[in-house]
Amino acid sequence: MELDPVFLSRVQFAFVIAFHILFPAFTIGLASYIAVLEGLWFATKRDIYFHISRFWTRIFAVSFGMGVVSGIVMSFQFGTNWSRFSDATANVLGPLLSYEVLTAFFLEATFLGILLFGRNLVSPRVHFLSAVMVALGTLVSSFWILAANSWMHTPAGYEVRDGIFHVTSWVEAIFNPSFPYRLSHMVTAAFLTTAFVVIGISAWYLLKGQFTDSARRMLSMTLWLVTVLAPLQIVLGDLHGLNTFEHQPVKVAAMEGHWETQTGAPMILFAVPDPETETNHFEIAIPYLGSLILVHDVMGEVRGLKAWPADQRPPVAIVFYAFRIMVSIGFLMLGVVLASLWLRRRKRLFETRWFLRLCAACAPIGFVALIAGWFVTEVGRQPWVVYGVMRTADATSPAITGGGVLASLLGYITVYAIIFTAGVYYILRLVQRGPGEAQAAPQGRAARPLSGAQQPFEAGD
Amino acid sequence: MAADLTVIWAAIIAFGVFMYVFMDGFDLGVGILFPFARSDRHRDLMMNSVAPIWDGNETWLVLGGAGLLAAFPLAYAIILPALYIPLTVMLLALIFRGVAFEFRFKAEASRPLWDRAFNLGSLVATGAQGIVLGAFIQGFAVDGRDYVGGMFDWLTPFSLMTGVGLVAGYALLGSAWLVMKTEADLQAWAYGMARPLLFGVLIFIAIVSLWTPLLDRDIAGRWFSWPNIAYLSPIPILTALLAFGLYRALELHHDRTPFVYTLGLFVLSYGGLAISLWPYVIPPDITIWEAASSPTSQIFLLAGAAFVIPAILAYTAWSYYVFRGKVRQDIGYH
Ligand code: HDD
Ligand code: HEM
Ligand code: HEM
Repeated sequence: MELDPVFLSRVQFAFVIAFHILFPAFTIGLASYIAVLEGLWFATKRDIYFHISRFWTRIFAVSFGMGVVSGIVMSFQFGTNWSRFSDATANVLGPLLSYEVLTAFFLEATFLGILLFGRNLVSPRVHFLSAVMVALGTLVSSFWILAANSWMHTPAGYEVRDGIFHVTSWVEAIFNPSFPYRLSHMVTAAFLTTAFVVIGISAWYLLKGQFTDSARRMLSMTLWLVTVLAPLQIVLGDLHGLNTFEHQPVKVAAMEGHWETQTGAPMILFAVPDPETETNHFEIAIPYLGSLILVHDVMGEVRGLKAWPADQRPPVAIVFYAFRIMVSIGFLMLGVVLASLWLRRRKRLFETRWFLRLCAACAPIGFVALIAGWFVTEVGRQPWVVYGVMRTADATSPAITGGGVLASLLGYITVYAIIFTAGVYYILRLVQRGPGEAQAAPQGRAARPLSGAQQPFEAGD
Repeated sequence: MAADLTVIWAAIIAFGVFMYVFMDGFDLGVGILFPFARSDRHRDLMMNSVAPIWDGNETWLVLGGAGLLAAFPLAYAIILPALYIPLTVMLLALIFRGVAFEFRFKAEASRPLWDRAFNLGSLVATGAQGIVLGAFIQGFAVDGRDYVGGMFDWLTPFSLMTGVGLVAGYALLGSAWLVMKTEADLQAWAYGMARPLLFGVLIFIAIVSLWTPLLDRDIAGRWFSWPNIAYLSPIPILTALLAFGLYRALELHHDRTPFVYTLGLFVLSYGGLAISLWPYVIPPDITIWEAASSPTSQIFLLAGAAFVIPAILAYTAWSYYVFRGKVRQDIGYH
């Protein structure tokens, strides 16, 4: 069998980016959380904030390390596997990615050093500012990378000469039509993902009756955050979908599972799409709701997949299922929020065991929704790499062979499996050890050296 | 005008790559020396000496990659696929040595495993970078805008030699760094490592200097024709003087000068290579102007880079200042 370098490169790209995004998504949220905690500690000098902050900082360090090493892999992927794409789009994407390095990565990396190792070397104010800088860096990084990614979905501000993209307007290229939606939806997703990890771990502590002071504080704080963000995310998701309906209607047809163009289209809750027969099996649908959501008119027309030639449609099943996974989790998050509000009113938030169990079980759901969302977005863009202009099949490096890509893919899978297992294991160990509530917080720069994660676990608090 | 812009960008990329080689060079060097350390306490100190700064150092590599894409896309699109295998190996190795920083301090029984990962990651990443350098000097088979060579074209005696050479070079940088950052028995050990490494590095500098002109008649002409040979003669002479200075500094147990002299050796070697290769960004025959991105893109990025790069240098310098002096065991991690 002939190994197809294009297909293998796609699998490799999907694998390394999906792995990468898990860690930045978590650290984007965590960096801001740590900055808030450091700020609260700096302002109130209450030990509890110090303990919570130091606890999450240790976990942050592990996750950030994995975000960095998997990110470095990303910055070479475009060249090694997608050289024709790089050559064609570099005028647009090169400066955006370089700005990300210049304005975000250096900031994060340098101030991370101070955040992790400088507690006793700089004043509390500078230490707090370092936490803010790291958080700022993660957000700036999201800005640039999502500008680049959104441009690939809704290219704007360019012209093509001799097969090469040239920028005619930077404002239009950066603030391309899908960018505001993608950025806000993604950053909210990162915050939600982190928040549910914090919620889950705090609930677990409460169930076990450990570290209860910190756990209550973390649970309550974070549930308030989610109370705002979970509904917001549904609204943002809806707006994002409407934007996609305007610019990439065929992706929405795949998301919705519509084959035929119809007026008064239903909303399909579940089905098994079949590309062979171009129909759905086992369909469960709500009549008219599809048109109502997308066109804001029960009799509005919604184009189906068959309106496009088969070679311009994305693979339907992945997009269709991934979209349902994401949206279900969005509503599950909303359910957790409603339950928490009801329990708060009854002042039983910290004692209701079924709720705490639910929270603990929800710890990883953000990651699942995040990956599902990206699969909707990216697979839904196929067969284009730059939507409507450049096909994925024309984007790869001509000189690389299937065997070479297979070898590198297997290498990445092996190495990522090892470090992922180890990383998760060490994070779980840190969680088990918990925030050291008993220890006194330092009062300034002359304090004794913190034990920190530097000692192995036996020597811990 | 456009031409000037391209030259500025060539200088920026060259600067970024040099920053990478020099800064990640010394922390990779520490990793290369790791298995020779005498005790766990020494290994802790060695790691602590670079733990707060390695991430910033490695970011110069990311800048090199992204900057190349932005300013010289053709070079990015030709060199990266040509070096698919050594680059992938380098990335996988960098993963191990990067996560080792965090994992090692959290491990108990598996600590020796992460020590190994840190060491092998550093060693293999450095070897791969040296091979990349050698393959780059030798040049690439290009047709139109595509690389048309095979996946193993990079594998030659010359590139293997530069691979080993760079390992010696980074190890020397690492030992000079440790001389500066440590004291007592660990420092004495670092002096002991530096001396043989210096001789090793000098041998490799000599081999590369003689072998490179043999690869390419143009390079030979550039160095050995009259009057170039007169203009360029300060480079070998200075290299010899610096090497002697470094040797003396190690004999006299100076604290910081060994690191400075080693840096000087790297500057001169790098400069020598730049002279050999100028103005080609894809040797042997694609120049920086042919590979450049559009002026609009170069200007857009330059406008920001002109302010941001100095700021980066300033806060990087500040962070080195925060972590100045001899490294302590209780650096106050997290
Ligand atoms: C915690 C994560 C999370 C949650 C709960 C949701 N999403 Fe989402 N969604 C993402 C995380 C995400 C994402 C991973 O961040 C994506 C991928 C690309 C992007 O911009 O955001 C995404 C993409 C994405 C897209 C694709 C847009 C495109 O490619 O053009 C749509 C239409 C929605 N989302 C809609 C929703 C709706 C209606 C939700 C609520 C019920 C929802 N999302 C919840
Ligand atoms: C971080 C979250 C992301 C995830 C999970 C993700 C996932 C994916 C997946 C699954 C594919 C494969 C689609 C297919 O082959 O059918 C893909 C393709 C691609 N994505 Fe993304 N992506 C992400 C972000 C980005 C970003 C930020 C960029 C660029 C700046 C990008 C650039 C590409 C390119 C160039 C391809 C083409 C390769 C291909 O079609 O397989 N992606 N991505
Ligand atoms: C193809 C796309 C991508 C490339 C080329 C890329 C590249 C990189 C690189 C090189 C790093 C390491 C930086 C360092 O040395 O400190 C990194 C880390 C990071 N990336 Fe990505 N990245 C991509 C996708 C994304 C996406 C989609 C996001 C988020 C929206 C993201 C957010 C971050 C953040 C916040 C970090 C900091 C490290 C961390 O938080 O774990 N990246 N990325």
